[in-house]
Amino acid sequence: MTELLLQTLVNGVYAASYMALIAVGFVLIFGVMGVINFAHGELYMAGAYAVVFVYAEREFPFFVAVAAGAIFVGLIGLLMERALFRPLRDNPLGGLIVSIGFLLILQTLAVLGFGVRMEHIPPPTQQTLNVFGIEGVILPLQRLYVIVASVLLLGGLWVFLRRSKFGVALRACAQDPEAAALQGISINQAARIAMFIGAALAGVAGALTAPLVRIHPFMGHPVIITAFIIIIVGGIGSLEGAVVAAVLYAMVHTFVTTFFDGVIADIVGLLLMLLVLVIRPTGLFGIRDRA
Amino acid sequence: MPERVTEGGGAAARRPGTRLAGFGLLAAALVALPHFLSFSQKEIAVFLVINVLLVVSYRLLTLTGEWSLGHVVIMGVGGYASAIFSKALGVPVPLAMLAGAITAAAVAFVLAFPLFRMKGFYFLIGSFAAGEVIRLLWKRFRIPFGGPKGLKLIPSVPDLELGPITIDFFEPVSYYYLCLIVVSISVFILYRIERSRIGLTFHAIHWQDHLAESVGVSTWRYRTLAFVIASFFAGLSGALLAHYIGTVNPNRFDVGEMVFVLIWAIVGGTATIYGPVLGVVVLTIINEVVLRQLGFDQMRPLFYGAILIASILFLPQGLESLVGKARDAWARRGE
Repeated sequence: MTELLLQTLVNGVYAASYMALIAVGFVLIFGVMGVINFAHGELYMAGAYAVVFVYAEREFPFFVAVAAGAIFVGLIGLLMERALFRPLRDNPLGGLIVSIGFLLILQTLAVLGFGVRMEHIPPPTQQTLNVFGIEGVILPLQRLYVIVASVLLLGGLWVFLRRSKFGVALRACAQDPEAAALQGISINQAARIAMFIGAALAGVAGALTAPLVRIHPFMGHPVIITAFIIIIVGGIGSLEGAVVAAVLYAMVHTFVTTFFDGVIADIVGLLLMLLVLVIRPTGLFGIRDRA
Repeated sequence: MPERVTEGGGAAARRPGTRLAGFGLLAAALVALPHFLSFSQKEIAVFLVINVLLVVSYRLLTLTGEWSLGHVVIMGVGGYASAIFSKALGVPVPLAMLAGAITAAAVAFVLAFPLFRMKGFYFLIGSFAAGEVIRLLWKRFRIPFGGPKGLKLIPSVPDLELGPITIDFFEPVSYYYLCLIVVSISVFILYRIERSRIGLTFHAIHWQDHLAESVGVSTWRYRTLAFVIASFFAGLSGALLAHYIGTVNPNRFDVGEMVFVLIWAIVGGTATIYGPVLGVVVLTIINEVVLRQLGFDQMRPLFYGAILIASILFLPQGLESLVGKARDAWARRGE
């Protein structure tokens, strides 16, 4: 029993790390641009297909494929910012709707390029580690990559936002775009950076987990639901909240899945979100109302 | 006030004779329509009429300014309830349909308690979550919802014997007429509600909710009312669908379907009652007739997405704004 609990805990840490990557990108885009990016799950999907193309089909090293996926998805983000979100800056519902349109386009492109069948790609490493030195509690090395990458990337982002000039500009835009513009900060520039980073984080999550999941054009759907739950629980616009909520939700979801089943876990997650919406709509860490 | 609500309204539209003739022509066209269609197009016509009710009921909710992502699930509640009433409990189908619609309204009433503590974006997400919970319950519980495969062999509408004529509602054309009658009556009721005091209050809540509250309007009560009425008719459309195709399952009512309703409403426009109808009719024709004929089956979602983006960027007021412009041009002719 202890082994099962510890194993579930390890699985939860893995789930938390990739969910945090997705949710933080989602929050960053919302915070700086005020847009709900419904296509965020499809950016994750695009990252996974980048690995299918570069690593599985062209046989480049795995980490080259992950980097390529991050840049590729980041560029998709830049395209979305320029073509869709910038013309609709004063229309938050419009931004949501066009991202739904873009989601349909990305899904169709994936279907046309790779077909609807599920892709399985061989993980670059089959090695597993024993955690806590216990025989029965294992962590595949591939999952460890995801955890390490998540910690490094999110840590790097935190330093970037706190210490660099761009980071401060970004946070200023999130607090008050007009005041930021009056201080000489380019809102377009901030939106570009936020969109690139946010999309690239989703792409990295998709690319790193590609060997561990079933890849298909509609794999983004559950991801966007997860992202919604996390940002509501953590508080809209709060990056720290997103990380904490990702850990919380991943643990709840993993434990309920292990001890009951996956559908019940989804229901519990959604009920958790509804509960937060009813009791404390600003979430655990949210301070102000941007919606 | 109603004139301001339905924007435009040129001189031609206000002349009762012209308007009556217009309705007469429309009715004649709708009655004649199925006789010019192929079999599969007749089926599409049935779904189209059902979807008109779905999207027009959705618009009633948007009048109060709230955009739900759970409307298709509520439609499904009507379908599931009607199916269970008629199949498991043996209720006659027409009564079961009505009971399904009432069930959808009742579910909406219960959901209103948590959901209308939220507004705007939070309501959007909250309605989505509530809808997903309902959908997952259908998926999880084989009894009475049939699990992931849903309910099958739902009884169809019984034959109607009118003296020597027997109307078999298994025929798409007969079912098309049945839906046309039900949907016409429903849309007329929805139209009257919007023009009534209640409807005007909905508009007031949308544009000035604090002001409305300060003069004694309970915004919670009216938002709930709009939600319950809209859900009743969404449930009715779900029941019409369920007894036609004979099966309901959780995937039939997922967020992908909801996206279509959103697209119809946005592309058509929601300022007038005919806006969403225009949206669903035009997009269904483009999707089912034009793109299908051209053979772009796999690429259809791509075109759909592109149309959605283009219409938000270039026609933010929806197709209905074209109608207003055309009417103004017609009224100014010869000047």
